[in-house]
Amino acid sequence: MKLDELTKGVFKQNPIFYLMLGLCPVLAVSTRVDNALGMGLCVFFVLVGSNVIISLFKHWIPSQVRIPCFIVVIASFVTLVDLIMHGYAPELHERLGIYLPLIVVNCIILGRAEAFASRKSVFHSFLDGVGMSIGFTLGIVGIAICRETLSTGKIAIFDCTIVPTFTQSPSVMMTLPPGAFLTIAVIMAMIKYKDIRKEGR
Amino acid sequence: MPELIVSHSPHVRSDASIDTIFYAVTIALIPATVCGIYLFGIRALYVILVCISSAMLTEYVAMRLTGKIELSMDDILHLRLPPPTGVIITGLLLALCLPPKIPLWMVAIGAAFAVAFAKCAFGGLGHNIFNPALVGRAFLMASWPVAMITWTKPLAYDAITTATPLGLWKMQNIATPYMDLALGNVSGSIGETSAIALLIGGIYLIAKRYIDWRIPVSYIGTVAVLAFALGQDPLFHILAGGLFLGAFFMATDYVTTPITRNGRIIFGVGAGIIVVLIRVIGGYPEGVCFSILLMNAFTPLIDRHVRPRVYGVKRKSFFVSSANKGE
Repeated sequence: MKLDELTKGVFKQNPIFYLMLGLCPVLAVSTRVDNALGMGLCVFFVLVGSNVIISLFKHWIPSQVRIPCFIVVIASFVTLVDLIMHGYAPELHERLGIYLPLIVVNCIILGRAEAFASRKSVFHSFLDGVGMSIGFTLGIVGIAICRETLSTGKIAIFDCTIVPTFTQSPSVMMTLPPGAFLTIAVIMAMIKYKDIRKEGR
Repeated sequence: MPELIVSHSPHVRSDASIDTIFYAVTIALIPATVCGIYLFGIRALYVILVCISSAMLTEYVAMRLTGKIELSMDDILHLRLPPPTGVIITGLLLALCLPPKIPLWMVAIGAAFAVAFAKCAFGGLGHNIFNPALVGRAFLMASWPVAMITWTKPLAYDAITTATPLGLWKMQNIATPYMDLALGNVSGSIGETSAIALLIGGIYLIAKRYIDWRIPVSYIGTVAVLAFALGQDPLFHILAGGLFLGAFFMATDYVTTPITRNGRIIFGVGAGIIVVLIRVIGGYPEGVCFSILLMNAFTPLIDRHVRPRVYGVKRKSFFVSSANKGE
């Protein structure tokens, strides 16, 4: 039962491919695998933190002003991440740019606060946050692997080449927004195809 | 043939079927294809063959995945296939608007993308919003811009690179003689250079009434008038680039263009305006591909607002707002 809260974010309710939440950073940041990993880590920290805090305070937050309260909690965590990253990983901070402060308005985090953390116990909210952010990170890194491979012809994570150059003329379009939409569309189509086959059986 | 046919109106019978129309369009494209192979050598033939086979293979795989036909992978490999409808034209049209020197693997990817994403993802034949061949070209243009603007000189089989007439006009202000433009003795995409060959095919289709004259005439006419109004040479703008190929074979696609007569004129005029704007003001030397794709996006809107008057109903204002349509 408890494990279910953890795994549902990764598979059954994957935020990117099933809930389709938080697509804005996915489109923007998934051009490179290391950017995607950095964004995944930030979302992990913010989502787990805000889920736990909001779940702790759920009885004291009046429902009329719950959204501003959630935003204050989320924004505090995002500011923390922003400052920590600026201090210890300035290069990644530079590359993520405006998308780091924009985590505040990431739909997954507010969505989980509203739909889950403000109703369930602290431990369940913690598990939900961990599962959802793992699902988000897997999704964004998967998309980034496809895009970086096709758009640069190789994969390099933090200056360390994982996949060596295999083509001299990679597709420029995959670095552009249409490339992100196409990648998401193809992965989503494959998941749906698998689900339909499973249902039909 | 059954004795009695029971159907709903309109009770108009025509011999034209999907297959006869595609057959006619293929015949109409033969002059331009032969001309392209003559001008750019055996390399152009390779591009055309790769393009058509890739498009057909993608179509069969996609139809099998979506369950439209019962085919095993074994059938595909042994070519036990149903007759292709439309996909040969998609492949041929895409090949005709590609530069002859483009690497063949790019051609294969472009054709596969065109059929899989622009046609099959929308539900197959008759359901696509955008012209698949032009989507394939736009995809290749966005993916490999360098390969897509490397043009070769015609009748020079050692492949000397040069600019297209529109490129020469835009970058260096050099005009190409009309005779070369009409016969096709200029660099450019495989099928777009010879205006006369394309005109023969287009007139054949119009004479057979397989395509409506309104789209090509309004499209080419708008380009001429607007080019003249902006102080350009109208004849040059008509003959150069892919305007004839686009006007006769791509803007007249049954699926992606308006169905009413007035709607077709609006479509042609809109596409013509976009072409001239891209050529004269925009950054690209050529804009036929994007003009038709953009107008394809407007087709549902045009069809919704330009409706033929129902016989006996009072004439209404041109733009019917969706609020008082009574739906």
